[in-house]
Amino acid sequence: MAERGGVFAMLTATRGRGRFDWTDWATYLYLAFGVFLMFGPVLWLGVSSLKSRAGLDIYPPRFLPYERAQVHIPGVDRTLPLYRVTAGPLAGRELAQVRRIGLMAQMVDPAHGGTVIHVPFRDSRPVLRLHAAWSNYSALLTKLDFPLYLWNTVFITVVATVITLLFNSMAAFALSKYRFSGRGAVFLLILATLMIPPTIVLVPNYLIASQLGLTNSLWGVIWPGVATPTGVFLLRQYMLTLPDELIEAARMDNASEWRIYWRVVLPLSAPALAVLAIFSVMWRWNEFLWPMVVLNRSSKFTLQLALNSFQGELATQWNYLLAMTVLTLLPITVIFLFLQRYITQGIASAGVK
Amino acid sequence: MSGAAARNRERGPFGRLAWGAYAAAMDLPERPMRWAQARLRDGRLGWLFVGPNLIVFGLFTFLPILIDVVFALTGGTALLPSQRPFVGTQNLAQLLACKNYLHPSSCYDDQFWYGVWNTAWFVLFQVGLMIVFSLATALVLNRKIIGRGFFRAVFFYPVLLSPVVVALIWKWMLQRFGVLNAALQGVGAHPVDWLLNAHWAFGWTVFVSIWAHMGFYTLILLAGLQAIPRDIYEAAAMDATPPGRVFWRLTLPLLMPNLLVVLVLALIRAVQIFDEVFVLTGGGPGSATTYLVEFIYNTGFAQQVRQYGLASAASLLLAAVLLVLTLTQLGLTRWSAKRG
Repeated sequence: MAERGGVFAMLTATRGRGRFDWTDWATYLYLAFGVFLMFGPVLWLGVSSLKSRAGLDIYPPRFLPYERAQVHIPGVDRTLPLYRVTAGPLAGRELAQVRRIGLMAQMVDPAHGGTVIHVPFRDSRPVLRLHAAWSNYSALLTKLDFPLYLWNTVFITVVATVITLLFNSMAAFALSKYRFSGRGAVFLLILATLMIPPTIVLVPNYLIASQLGLTNSLWGVIWPGVATPTGVFLLRQYMLTLPDELIEAARMDNASEWRIYWRVVLPLSAPALAVLAIFSVMWRWNEFLWPMVVLNRSSKFTLQLALNSFQGELATQWNYLLAMTVLTLLPITVIFLFLQRYITQGIASAGVK
Repeated sequence: MSGAAARNRERGPFGRLAWGAYAAAMDLPERPMRWAQARLRDGRLGWLFVGPNLIVFGLFTFLPILIDVVFALTGGTALLPSQRPFVGTQNLAQLLACKNYLHPSSCYDDQFWYGVWNTAWFVLFQVGLMIVFSLATALVLNRKIIGRGFFRAVFFYPVLLSPVVVALIWKWMLQRFGVLNAALQGVGAHPVDWLLNAHWAFGWTVFVSIWAHMGFYTLILLAGLQAIPRDIYEAAAMDATPPGRVFWRLTLPLLMPNLLVVLVLALIRAVQIFDEVFVLTGGGPGSATTYLVEFIYNTGFAQQVRQYGLASAASLLLAAVLLVLTLTQLGLTRWSAKRG
C-alpha cells in the first residue's frame, strides 16, 4: 500500500515541497520519455530526409546523414568507394576499391594511383562521410511535381477557409442576433449534422459531386466541408457575448443588416474567427479520405494524396518521400510554433479538433 | 470619418489595397440584401444569413443520408440511382449473412465481419489505453513542473500532423531495415517484420493512433484538472488524507464529466479510424487491420466492381452506431454543463 500511495502522491501532488524528491524524478523521467517518444520519430524523419539514397542504405543506420565516401581516381572512369583497412600491414590506410573478387578486394591508393593492392575484404570497412543531401529537396522541385501538389493544397486550404469563415459567421450572426421563426429548428438541424460525419456519406457525396461536375476538381474538395457545425457553434458562442446595443446603434445610423454584419459584428468577432481559421487551415491541409475519393487525376492531387501514392509507387525512393513528408509537415509545424497558445486554448475551450 | 482616415494611414499601402479589395467584395451583397431587407418583415432576414450554410449542409450532409438509403436498397454497379434496380434488403442481408458471427470466415461477406471485429478490438484497446495514458500525462503536466508549456506542446504536436504524415513517419521507423529493428539488433534481439505480422500490425495501428491523438485528450483532461479548485486539495492536505484517497475520492470524481466526454469523443473517432491505417498497413497483412471505414472505401471505390449498395448499407450500420454515440455525447455535455 505504501508504494501505491507513493504513485498517487506523484500523480496528484500539485505543488512542490521545496525539495526534489523521488516523485519529481519520476515526473521528469516520464516527461523525458514522453519527449523522446513524441518528438523522436519526427526528428528521425527530419535527419533521415537529409540522407542520400546511398546514405539510407547504411545499416545499422547512423543518426546523422552519413554516406559512403567516394573518390575519383585519374584513369578510372567511375568513382570508387573508399575503404579503411582495419588489419594487416596496411591497417589505417584509406584505399579505393576497384573491384571485389571472392574474399579479396582490389584496392588502389588514391594518393598515388595505379598500383593495385590486394586486401582481404573482411579487413576493410567502408569510410563514411557526413553529407547532407539537400538534393532530395531540390529534386522535388524539378522531378516530382511537388510545386503542383503544393499549389493544389494551398488553393484548397485558402479558398475553403475563406468560404468557411464567411458562411459560418453569417449563420452564427443570424443565430445569435436575430429572433426569427424557425431559428430553433435551424439550430437543431446544425446540431444534427454532428451525427453524420463524412465517413458515412462517402458514396452519396461522390454521386452528388459527380452530378455537380465536381469530381477531379479542387472545388469538389472545397464545397462539402465549408459548412461546419463546429464553426457555427464556436462563432455563435462568441457573438452572443457582443452587446446588442452596438447593433441597435448601427441601425439608428440607418446601416443595412448586411453592413451591420460585416462592419460591426465581424471585426468584433476577430478572436473567434482566428480560432476557426486556424482549425480550418489544419483540417484542409490534412484532409485525406474525401480528396482521395473525389480526386483521381494525379494533376489534381493534394500533398497528402501525392504522399500516399508515392509511398506505393516509389517504395524504394525513400529519400524523396521523406523530404516531401518533411515539407508537408513544415507549414503546420511553423503555424504551431507561432500560434501554439491560441491553438491549445481554442481546443481546450471548444473541445474540438 | 477622420478615424477611418487615420486607420487607413496606419494600414500602409499594401494594407490599404487589401482592405479596399476586401471592402469592395463584402459590399457586393449590400444592394440585394438591402432589397430583401425592405421586403422581409419580422426578422426573416435571418434565413438569408443561415441560407448558404443550410444549402451546403442539405446538399452534402442530409441529402446524402437519404441517398445512402436509396443506394442500400438498390443493386448493380451504376452510380445513378435511376439506373439501379431495386433489391430491397438484399444488400443488408448479404452483409449480415453469417453462420457464426464470431468467425468472419463463416460469413458470406467475410471482409465486412473482419472489419467489424477488427474495429471492435481496435476501439477497445485504442480508447482504453489512450484514456489511461492521456490521464496519466495530464496528471503529470498538472504538477508544478519547470517548462510545462514546452512539455504540453511536445505531447500535443503530433495531433496537428496529418494522418498521412503520421503513417509515413512510423512506416519509416518500422521498416525491415529501420531504426527500431536496428535498435533491437543492437541489444541482441531478432529484427521483426512489424507490419507483415498480423498481430504486430494490429498492435502498431493501435499504438500509432494513440501516438497521434493522445495530445488532444490530454489537453482536455488537463483543462479539467486545472478547473478543480485548489482549496479542495488544501483541505485534504489539512486532514492528512493519503494521496491514493485524494486521487480516488477527489480528483477522479471531479474529473468524471471531462473523462466521460473524452471517452465518448474517443469512441466516435476510433470507430471511424481510416486514414493513418490505410497509409500505414493498407488494411493488411491479409485483413488483419481492415477496419470498417476501410471496408466501405474498398467496397465503394477501390475495387474493380464498385458495389455502392453494399458500401451504403455498411455506412448506414456504422451511422447507427455513431448516432447512439453522438447522442450520448450530447447528453453528457448537457449533463456536465448543468453540473458545472
